[in-house]
Amino acid sequence: MIILDSGRVIDPASRIDGTRTVLIDGDHIREVREQPATPAEKLVHQVIDCRGRWVLPGLVDLHVHLREPGEEGKETIATGARAAVAGGVTTAVAMPNTKPVCDSAAVVRFVAARGREAGFARVIPAGAITRGSLGEQLADMAELKEAGCACVTDDGRPVMSAGVMRRALEYARDLDLPVMVHAEDLTLSAGGAMNEGPVATRLGLSGVPAAAEVAMVQRDILLAETVGARLHVAHVSAKGSVRAIREAKARGVRITAEAAPHHFTLTDDAVAGVLPTSAAGQPAGEPYDTHAKMSPPLRAESDRQAIIAGLSDGTIEAIATDHAPHGALDKQVEFVHAPNGVIGLETSLALTLALVRAGELPLGRAVERLTVGPARCFDLPYGTLAAGAPADVVVVDAEKEWKVDPQRFYSRSRNSPFSGWTLRGKAVRTFVAGRLVHEEGK
Amino acid sequence: MGFEMALDFPRHLLELEALTRPQIEGLLSLAARFKRERARARAGEAQTDRRSLLRGRNVITLFFETSTRTRSSFEVAAKALGADVLAFQKDASSVAKGESLEDTVRNLDAIGADALVVRHPAAGAPRLVARAVRASVINAGDGAHEHPTQGLLDALSLRERWGTLEGKIVAIVGDIAHSRVARSNIHCLSKLGAHVRVGGPSTLIPSGIEELGCTVARSLREALTGADAVMALRIQNERIADARLPGARDYARTWGLNARTLEMLPKEALVLHPGPVNRGVEMSSDVLDSPRSLVMDQVDSGVAVRMAVLALCLRAEVPA
Repeated sequence: MIILDSGRVIDPASRIDGTRTVLIDGDHIREVREQPATPAEKLVHQVIDCRGRWVLPGLVDLHVHLREPGEEGKETIATGARAAVAGGVTTAVAMPNTKPVCDSAAVVRFVAARGREAGFARVIPAGAITRGSLGEQLADMAELKEAGCACVTDDGRPVMSAGVMRRALEYARDLDLPVMVHAEDLTLSAGGAMNEGPVATRLGLSGVPAAAEVAMVQRDILLAETVGARLHVAHVSAKGSVRAIREAKARGVRITAEAAPHHFTLTDDAVAGVLPTSAAGQPAGEPYDTHAKMSPPLRAESDRQAIIAGLSDGTIEAIATDHAPHGALDKQVEFVHAPNGVIGLETSLALTLALVRAGELPLGRAVERLTVGPARCFDLPYGTLAAGAPADVVVVDAEKEWKVDPQRFYSRSRNSPFSGWTLRGKAVRTFVAGRLVHEEGK
Repeated sequence: MGFEMALDFPRHLLELEALTRPQIEGLLSLAARFKRERARARAGEAQTDRRSLLRGRNVITLFFETSTRTRSSFEVAAKALGADVLAFQKDASSVAKGESLEDTVRNLDAIGADALVVRHPAAGAPRLVARAVRASVINAGDGAHEHPTQGLLDALSLRERWGTLEGKIVAIVGDIAHSRVARSNIHCLSKLGAHVRVGGPSTLIPSGIEELGCTVARSLREALTGADAVMALRIQNERIADARLPGARDYARTWGLNARTLEMLPKEALVLHPGPVNRGVEMSSDVLDSPRSLVMDQVDSGVAVRMAVLALCLRAEVPA
């Protein structure tokens, strides 16, 4: 047995926040108890002194791009899963926009097998909604589910046809399979490189209006409500989306949502090299910094505030990174030509804790959004330290100050907008299924 | 002491937004001198030879968009200062597929450029270039971001007519959304004390443009009433294809400058256009060719301003 002795255990799923000792027996949690490790236990078991540390369920990240198969130069399942556990993430849902697209059992099994071989975070594939994510014909969803997909999504390639989306939602409902949507009306976002607004106007860049997202969120809520399907809205970026999701929830629509750390930390000012006042003291990038380019784009301060409010009141139940690795050369180009996306697996915990320190999100809520909140979106048995649960645990040094140096990331890519930032809080030990898979400094 | 020392002018001219009023005024004074010298030379009066200022320096014009006037204006300006000029024309789309912008400009830098005059369809591209090279980088227009020398030459032409821009009202009418000229003018003119109004159909007014320090007029009458000058911007056919405008005729009906609509403008007010003009769309021929039109003077100012920019960015010692 491994005994995590006398840390501050925060497990929102079990309503625990206090000094506890966690007993890991093989691959599952045996018990979380108040009594510290006994001298007898210290003789027999591996006891890890966790005094002064936080002990949390391993983080669950519903939205990562691991790039394998197809773009192994940017990331592999092994490097991404290694980066995940360094960030305290023990479960990562891998997006299907690989080459080939994950729209068949063969690709699902390949991704899952690579994840098991790597032996770091659990890698759970997401399948495509449509064949090839082309938005035309439905992918073999029953086969995808049977092969182990947690959800289906055409992430990055929104299903533009309302007719196809309606059928996809109906079909997925029969399978009780959540449908994750990248909400973007491509006719509204066409040509846009960043959020539409004063910053884009000043920089002379074409804008993506918030309506491009909100209109699609509204459409998909309507369709999901009509057919009774489970809808999960990926990377919510706009105030209007938060409002639409909140209202849908109040009506009883089966809807969940996630938000990314970059969207609750930065605004579109970052494209001009300006940080929000809440990030005072952190190093700003240069104007036209392509590390501030992603889809959906960084929005206005009022959107950022709305996302934080959504995380706080439960409208948004999950923090997900949308970890999107790109090579240095891909990003070292004119802003309009740069690919969308930033990496986030190794910074999401600390950025979430920064919200807590700023008084914007209660700690218990924050941990919930990183653990059991996302796990429940897709019925995953993780994100809790309840007795009998899989022993995915992260020990956190909440006070550890560290400087973000992408050169030292485990990820194969370096495209972080937080390079040079000083953050507080780091995973010092990460366990997956009772196995130590990351130890800070080792 | 050289002229530039007092100015503390930046090595790169990427945008007017970043310049201070003293920097702009100093540059305009130098440009005004060059312009007077050129006028005297044309009139067969005193010749002032400025070819020693940049002798032996290499100015490379690197244009990723077709342009005739801006590029030839820069080339004439560089030659008037004695620089050697090399012209590169690149197709941005083929560059995007092959050699990166950074690699392209590093090569030109290695050839020995002292100044790179860059025009590029991507906003922010000159900044990327400036990070990659040792040479001074002069933005000759980047996407819809800025066209600094255009803003400066417009300010020079207006300043020469008015003596000062303080308190003047300048209306800019047309496709503000896609216009780097509008942005550079808003920054430049307002730094010099003028008030800028922009006007055009809502489909061509970008969101939040007021935050640059201008006001938005919702009709041509509102734009022109009480204005001291009006600048019309070119309306491009793409705006019809992307559903921002129904057509040139419909635009001309509501926002075109012609003898009829110019009634809304005070008698003594000036008319400008950065060119090339779509006669009969944003501006009618009678307006363009009228005595109140500054269009030809703008072209003349252009060479002088570009001489001043090259001289200051390349730290030429201009004798008093």
